[in-house]
Amino acid sequence: MSRSAFCSSGSNLVPKTTEALNPLNRPKKHHYLNGRQRTNLYQKNHRASKVLAYYGLRSPPYKLDALEPYMSQRTLEMHWGEHHGGYVDALNKQLAKNDLLYGCTLEELIKVTYNNGNPLPEFNNAAQVWNHDFFWESMQPGGGSSPILGLLQQIEKDFGSFTNFREKFIDAALKLFGSGWVWLVLKREEKHLAIVKTSNAVNPLVWNDIPILNLDMWEHAYYLDYKNDKAKYANVFMNHLVSWNAAMARMARAQAFVNLGEPKIPVA
Amino acid sequence: MALRTLVTRKALGNSVAFRQQLRGLQTHTLPDLPYDYGALEPAISGEIMQLHHQKHHQTYVTNFNKALEQLDDAINKGDSPTVVKLQSAIKFNGGGHINHSIFWKNLAPVREGGGEPPKGSLGWAIDNHFGSLEALVQKMNADGAGLQGSGWVWLGLDKELKRLVVETTANQDPLVTKGSSLVPLLGIDVWEHAYYLQYKNVRPDYLKNIWKVINWKYASDIYEKECP
Repeated sequence: MSRSAFCSSGSNLVPKTTEALNPLNRPKKHHYLNGRQRTNLYQKNHRASKVLAYYGLRSPPYKLDALEPYMSQRTLEMHWGEHHGGYVDALNKQLAKNDLLYGCTLEELIKVTYNNGNPLPEFNNAAQVWNHDFFWESMQPGGGSSPILGLLQQIEKDFGSFTNFREKFIDAALKLFGSGWVWLVLKREEKHLAIVKTSNAVNPLVWNDIPILNLDMWEHAYYLDYKNDKAKYANVFMNHLVSWNAAMARMARAQAFVNLGEPKIPVA
Repeated sequence: MALRTLVTRKALGNSVAFRQQLRGLQTHTLPDLPYDYGALEPAISGEIMQLHHQKHHQTYVTNFNKALEQLDDAINKGDSPTVVKLQSAIKFNGGGHINHSIFWKNLAPVREGGGEPPKGSLGWAIDNHFGSLEALVQKMNADGAGLQGSGWVWLGLDKELKRLVVETTANQDPLVTKGSSLVPLLGIDVWEHAYYLQYKNVRPDYLKNIWKVINWKYASDIYEKECP
């Protein structure tokens, strides 16, 4: 069994979430903070399958009912438990059959399986796992309002004003055709923030850009709570859910990779 | 039904549709369902049918008309960039209108023949090409379940080769985008809005159950017209 031929961290034997391979672990259950309701059907399949878990299902950084009334617990249970969990399981099943891809971090896996626009079958699952991890962390209970400090300055520089950015973001969400995501990204080459729409599972990592925020516009993300009212969902996201704390942390980290301007060197 | 459209036309007044008609532009309207919203239960719930028809399809119609009006403006002004920019909106909303109009005719309540297997030349062609109706259903279900994101799964007729095909299209792309000689006989909407409230994320269950209300009569009629 050769080490991964594609990933630079091919020598890294340990998969991303070590809990999954811990031999002392409870039998094949994911490590999560709050009891995830599993359907009986799922448990039956789980006992029967002998899949080694390469990636685990990471829990959102809040309880499943913490985003009420803006995103219901029922939606979180379905969206995280069934959809996100389903992508993790499907990815693990695929990786069990194809160990050339073993040993990558999730981000590397996404870039490799994107295959420059001709995606391999693992891409959809890998990218959706990453997108959903990013999405849960892009929201928080008591979210909304606006960013401060450096991120706010950068937004005002690149969009004119926060209000203008907010309008453009929601507009992008409404104009997206089909399933997909809306992103606030820091473009590495152009060195500025931008709003990007992607279809299905695609994310800005494949273009080597740095995502700061995302919004899931697949219908399953909002249908139970808002039916077809995308505008209400997008507005609620901006007003009550979006985590500018997470965005600012990501922006700070991004600036280690992208030089956004002259540093403020104090004059002696 | 005709009376209702008359009344709504009058009430529209200065609206898009009225202006379009003045300019000789064809306006599109939401077609009525040939059955009640609840008539397809328990295969498809009345709630889904109502939302799907009154909200989703209506939105496609409205936005299609709007895009066509903008296109007409741009053409008259010779504004080529706008003409090209509008193509995706026309493809999406126009496709949505076309596809859903076919979809409503593809469904029928059980008491009006929904779910009854096709007889005549279409039935024979299905057995000939796919082996059996069950094989066709399995293929379409597999393709529909495997479709990533949003789209449609179709049973189509290649009218030049006189052959049946099973195809999938993404988003609201009509079947012709997969081949200009393809005629749609049956389309199944696998966008999440078509089943989520009832089947949640279990798309395969939706696909299994929808066959109980598929209107094979319509598909046979189209087939016999193209292949007499």
